[in-house]
Amino acid sequence: MEAFDPAELPELLKLYYRRLFPYAPYYRWLNYGGVTKNYFQHREFSFTLKDDIYIRYQSFSNQSELEKEMQKMNPYKIDIGAVYSHRPSQHSTVKLGAFQAQEKELVFDIDMTDYDDVRRCCSSADICSKCWTLMTMAIRIIDRALKEDFGFKHRLWVYSGRRGVHCWVCDESVRKLSSAVRSGIVEYLSLVKGGQDVKKKVHLSEKLHPFVRKSINIIRKYFEDYALIGQDILENKENWDKILALVPETIHDELQRGFQRLHSSSQRWEYLRKVISTPQNMKNDKCGPWLEWEIMVQYCFPRLDINVSKGINHLLKSPFSVHPKTGRISVPIDFQKVDQFNPFTVPTISAICQELDVVSTNDKDKQEHEAESESKHRVRDYKKTSLAPYVKVFEQFLENLDKSRKGELLKKSDLQKDF
Amino acid sequence: MQFSGRIRKKLRLAGDQRNACYPHSLQFYLQPPSENISLIEFENLAVDRLKLLKTIENLGVSYVKGTEQYQSKLEAEIRKLKFSYRENLEDEYEPRRRDHISHFILRLAYCQSEDLRRWFIQQEMDLLRFRFSILPKDKVQNFLKDSHLHFEAISDEEKTLREQDIMASSPSLSGVKWESESVYKIPFADALDLFRGRKVYLEDGLAYVPLKDIVAIILNEFRATLSKALALTARSLPAVQSDERLQPLLNHLSHSYTGQDYSTQKNPGKISLDQIDSFDKGYSYNIRHSFGKEGKRTDYTPFSCMKIILTNPPSQGDYHGCPFRHSDTDLLKQKMQSYKIPASGINQILDLVKGTHYQVACQKYFEMTHNVDDCGFSLNHPNQFFVESQRILTGGKDIKKESSQPETPQPKPSVQKSRDASAALASLNSSLEMELEGLEEYFST
Repeated sequence: MEAFDPAELPELLKLYYRRLFPYAPYYRWLNYGGVTKNYFQHREFSFTLKDDIYIRYQSFSNQSELEKEMQKMNPYKIDIGAVYSHRPSQHSTVKLGAFQAQEKELVFDIDMTDYDDVRRCCSSADICSKCWTLMTMAIRIIDRALKEDFGFKHRLWVYSGRRGVHCWVCDESVRKLSSAVRSGIVEYLSLVKGGQDVKKKVHLSEKLHPFVRKSINIIRKYFEDYALIGQDILENKENWDKILALVPETIHDELQRGFQRLHSSSQRWEYLRKVISTPQNMKNDKCGPWLEWEIMVQYCFPRLDINVSKGINHLLKSPFSVHPKTGRISVPIDFQKVDQFNPFTVPTISAICQELDVVSTNDKDKQEHEAESESKHRVRDYKKTSLAPYVKVFEQFLENLDKSRKGELLKKSDLQKDF
Repeated sequence: MQFSGRIRKKLRLAGDQRNACYPHSLQFYLQPPSENISLIEFENLAVDRLKLLKTIENLGVSYVKGTEQYQSKLEAEIRKLKFSYRENLEDEYEPRRRDHISHFILRLAYCQSEDLRRWFIQQEMDLLRFRFSILPKDKVQNFLKDSHLHFEAISDEEKTLREQDIMASSPSLSGVKWESESVYKIPFADALDLFRGRKVYLEDGLAYVPLKDIVAIILNEFRATLSKALALTARSLPAVQSDERLQPLLNHLSHSYTGQDYSTQKNPGKISLDQIDSFDKGYSYNIRHSFGKEGKRTDYTPFSCMKIILTNPPSQGDYHGCPFRHSDTDLLKQKMQSYKIPASGINQILDLVKGTHYQVACQKYFEMTHNVDDCGFSLNHPNQFFVESQRILTGGKDIKKESSQPETPQPKPSVQKSRDASAALASLNSSLEMELEGLEEYFST
């Protein structure tokens, strides 16, 4: 398989936007069944072109216009913004103050760089299979809360293309939520507080809110493999000192002695759990079982960027956009198989373009090229590449949205006795 | 609302119909009244409600809200003015009707500026909070149902099922008997202040809220709704104000809150003529004396912070002093909270007060209310507070130099509202300022 070369992007993107980008399902998503007039037409897109030229307030009348523009502009990056009160492309003609962002999906952005203080294997834009578990835990914890606590039904998780994941919550009522409520949701989901200058970022008590309790139970499933074995957080003095900084000084000596005696992070962790719960140590009321949870949370719990989620007009990278540095496609993640998701096997644009070439040289397809229209042709094109399973996940998501919508319309028409 | 030119008899409804109009002893004032009333009744209702709201304001300053003294005094005042507050054996229709109509009349007077709106909303919220606090449990559900909020009491089964989770989530339930607590479920977005801090149990998009926390939600909702309504009222106000019968009354009602505008010659309306006579008899001698126009003709210099803090503390009937030295900390805290000072700032100020650093506390207060990190001066005189404040508020332009030599207040340019006149007077001797504020008490009996 050909490695991705950023220099080839212009050519690759041309092919991608002509033959592979899944316009039909994409339009089906953002049109939301055409229930609200002009919903798609008032949506803002932004394009980043070659040489970092950035253009905002792009909007389109229909799927066909969207396709033509994308093929013409060949954007390196596509972002999706809000649904506005008027067509974004005409915003400069609107009376001052009248052009307002009205609705948008609730979105979350989880970025691996925000965990640099607690992962030993990588830093900054790098990721590896060891630290990817942080994303797995984040997805499980956030998704459970969005579904079970908030009752949100339509949640799409997307790989960002490099070092993180995004979540798009698309329920009709959610798209209408105010900025204040969005902020409130992020606050509800936040446990890790403080920047570089704060050593201890998590404070819990014996009494746990169900959200916290359930999140810790999820972390427990991964903690041994991820933290004790993979990250080896108690491997040596340099590393266990970081953990000591999170517990009261009164137990430091006892812990150090035990750590030196023992041989693995797993053993040391068990020992720590014992020490913090002895009646003797718990005479200090800063000492108790919550210390264990605080460490687990600080090392494993999701870190959200509130600015991404709270603004209704915030622009976020579009699913099926290409990452210009890695060449990877921002693909939907199958939540049912989240533990098996591997960012390193996500197709790159060069890979799928190559797959397309292989497909085209096949005789059978040559015949069918003449007979069918371009778009139908495209439907089969991506189906023959590694992009197919990801589009399938996307289409399943759209099916669920459709079902919900039909259910709602039926309810409404029943109420209006509209048979 | 239609205003008729002649006195009309009140509509006499049959018993059932009357009760249906006002099913509860309190309400959210969602619908304006639609009857005709006489001008006299219009005026009386307005004045009565204003008396009530001013009592609420005064009680809120003198007592900690919710304490027994506060509650009983407030109840007495409501009863005296014949407004509704709790269900009695007598016919409830008239007090509730008075309550309904008077609220909407005062909206007309108090929608006109940000300050007026803020004051009106604050007192109305305190009134609602009081009424809700004395509502019997069995009436709560009915009342909530009629509000536009989607509260629903949960059944005992539902409650038992979630006992652990709700107890673990709601701080207001600690140390309380589980069996006796009512729990309501509402859409999570209606409980923003609770769920953002994880102080409530969420399940499938619903917040499970104990009764204690419901009050906070209701008040928030009430404030938001009333605020919007006042803004709307302000827009339709020109039409109302053009009615000559109402104009003088509405003007007088709104001035009663901020105090008379001493700087300009206005015709304040019929009632004020009487007031001016009393003012002249009671206060003008003192004022002239202070300015050196009577008696010894000494123009007294206003006291410095040190003098105010160390000497002549205020006692019963006095209104002077340093708020940080001479206020009860609970009341001081309450006052700062009502000024929307952030909790961290309030705590810092209270710590300083505890350590007897009253002037530094005042400086901190200055910083919080003027949104500056460092006030940039060392505070030692109340007039200095005013001068520095003006410097910031007017962007460093002409600073009003009324520091140590106060003169009779100059007539202000026409745009200034009565608030500014009060501010100018604040630069005088603080005891004098407090005496003028006593005017409000004087007129409200």
